[in-house]
Amino acid sequence: MVGDLKRTSSLMLVAVLVFLSGCGSAPVRTDAEIPAKRPISDFVAPGQPSVIDAYDPWEPMNRRIYNFNAIFDEYVFLPVVRAYEFVLPDIAQTGVSNFFNNLTEVTNLMNSLLQFKFVKAVNTFGRIVINTTVGLGGLIDVATTVDGIERENEDFGQTLGFYGLGPGPYLVLPILGPSSLRDTAGLAVDTVVYSLMIQELIGLTGMDSPEDDILNYSLTTVYAIDKRHKESFRYFMTGSPFEYDLVRRLYLLKREFLVDN
Amino acid sequence: MSRIHSVSDSFRRGLSFMTRRAGPPRGEALETRLKGERVKKTFFCLMGVLLSGLTADLSEAYDYPFRDPYLATIIATPSEFEPELPQKIDYELLRLKVFPEREIPEVFWYQREFRYSLTYQKGEAPLIFVIAGTGSSFHSSSMIFFQKVFYQSGFHVICLSSPTSMNFIVTASGTSLPGNIFDDASDLYRVMTMAWEQVKDRIKVSEFYLTGYSLGAAEAGFIAKLDERKMRRFNFKKVLMINPPVSLHTSAKILDDMLLQALPGGLDDFNAWFQRALGKFAEIYKTMGYLDLSNDYLYQVYRTLYKTKPPRREDLATMIGTAFRFSSNNMIFTSDVMTNSGLIVPKNRVLGSADSLTDYFKVTSRTSFIDYFDELLLPYFRDKFPELTEERAVELDSLHSIADYLRESPKIGLMGNEDDLILTPEDLAFLKDVFGSRAKIYPFGGHCGNMSYRDNVEYMIHFFKD
Repeated sequence: MVGDLKRTSSLMLVAVLVFLSGCGSAPVRTDAEIPAKRPISDFVAPGQPSVIDAYDPWEPMNRRIYNFNAIFDEYVFLPVVRAYEFVLPDIAQTGVSNFFNNLTEVTNLMNSLLQFKFVKAVNTFGRIVINTTVGLGGLIDVATTVDGIERENEDFGQTLGFYGLGPGPYLVLPILGPSSLRDTAGLAVDTVVYSLMIQELIGLTGMDSPEDDILNYSLTTVYAIDKRHKESFRYFMTGSPFEYDLVRRLYLLKREFLVDN
Repeated sequence: MSRIHSVSDSFRRGLSFMTRRAGPPRGEALETRLKGERVKKTFFCLMGVLLSGLTADLSEAYDYPFRDPYLATIIATPSEFEPELPQKIDYELLRLKVFPEREIPEVFWYQREFRYSLTYQKGEAPLIFVIAGTGSSFHSSSMIFFQKVFYQSGFHVICLSSPTSMNFIVTASGTSLPGNIFDDASDLYRVMTMAWEQVKDRIKVSEFYLTGYSLGAAEAGFIAKLDERKMRRFNFKKVLMINPPVSLHTSAKILDDMLLQALPGGLDDFNAWFQRALGKFAEIYKTMGYLDLSNDYLYQVYRTLYKTKPPRREDLATMIGTAFRFSSNNMIFTSDVMTNSGLIVPKNRVLGSADSLTDYFKVTSRTSFIDYFDELLLPYFRDKFPELTEERAVELDSLHSIADYLRESPKIGLMGNEDDLILTPEDLAFLKDVFGSRAKIYPFGGHCGNMSYRDNVEYMIHFFKD
């Protein structure tokens, strides 16, 4: 059932994409190219470092995925998020965000410990305990609002970075957006840990198949919607023709900062 | 605020002291002593009143937090100094096909229509058009601020991107060569007319108003003239120009020079400077525990780390210059592609949606606004008017060319700052002379730093409503 739904929606997506790329017929210029009045060779010596440089050997593919994500965002993701925001009262939206924040603390805890960041680990553990109990299963973020314990942000990508692994090639993931080879591997590990925990938690409810599957898929769907709901970034709203380059650079910079902290 | 309180407190204390002195004298010696004391005290009291009056005059007149124009321009107005505004207001994102026949290059596939925003009141209300500054779009943070301010004051609000912004150049600019205020104002007038056509059945409008900041302010002046002297469509009741440049060329030159202030070896030093700046930000991040680029964050950083030891002025200048260079780069590249001028991108090259633009970024970041003016804009006008000299072109591209109109139009007001970084002393004198009593010039605020400060906002609302 869920599989069918997924297949239908991905078919729809392909249709949308084909339709859109069909619309994108560019003016065809057949005249011969004339070198630019300001060629790159006159302005930047080969190998001269620039603030915009990034290791991006898969750039053509990445740019295509970036464009795909923008279209997916506009025609699928954001409409769903808007519907969600329309239906759910603000307080319920915050509750959902808190709920998933609490569930994903498990990877914060694991990665803080793996990097010997014990203060962060203790804070995170405290947050889980407080928010799961007093915060009614994570729906209310009592730890932040009452106790002033801010949420930490440690993932397995940062853990790999902590042990000296560089980001590797820049990578734009479908739907999820900017990443790097290292951070994608990290994301995979975090996702496995998170899913195992969810399986365990669902196991505790004593549900049978297929109800447990449905619950699992619904959780994933709401998780994705909540994540997009929290993210204020909108594709192609920077007003810069160099948005891809900027996002790439800012993503890698931000990750450098996070690994160092 | 606290300073105002303490000043008025001492003022009140001074007054009560004087009334107490009026009591009956008790004996000669005592009276003499008292007299001497009285004279002394009266003297101090007078001095006190005089001094407090003086400081009260300064501080009560204007208490915007930054006296340094560089800090003001960068940090602008932290939210605690802004007027109270709603967190969120409803607005509509609207689209226009300004040139239905125009073919959009594939590399700009995501810019198919002109976008703007509308916020409206339920009943009849005045409509105000707001024009963004250089490179900015209708939803930049300053524009969202103005949207809230005017909505809260009872206006319908239409926010328009700058003709120098990418979306405008691709979809709504007649020539796709922005930077000539006269043409840009005509382009704006076209989209204002179309936007009005698009929304007029849904909103009830009593009168039209117009404002803009920075380059948008200069454009507002030209639009006002175009409307009053020629098109007569809106008949704006009042127009406020907030921190306009006088001459686009002069201001761009000032900003281009600022970029180089912390770079003794020229642009080759930029990468090293930027890496140092990033290092600083990493330190700031460690101290503050988080990082963002909001005005409030910068203010917080300034108060915790830099209040006692202010950052170097050269670095601040380079920061401002970088911001301007970045927005002019976006404009130059977009314009070059749209006009197939062959300045940055080889002429006749068709860029695809997945082509790398990184090398073009590097070249544009070495191209100043003045380069653009000399190599794209001026040649275009020389084609049309062969006898046009550069000096004449520069003069036409300034408020000097509409000075007579601005001088005799009572409906146009100006809001500016003595220390606006993009004005020369002659520019400031020109503005004061032309606008006379219609010029509201604040003692400090840098370039657009204080335009969301509560006193400024109050002045704006008064200007439009009175």
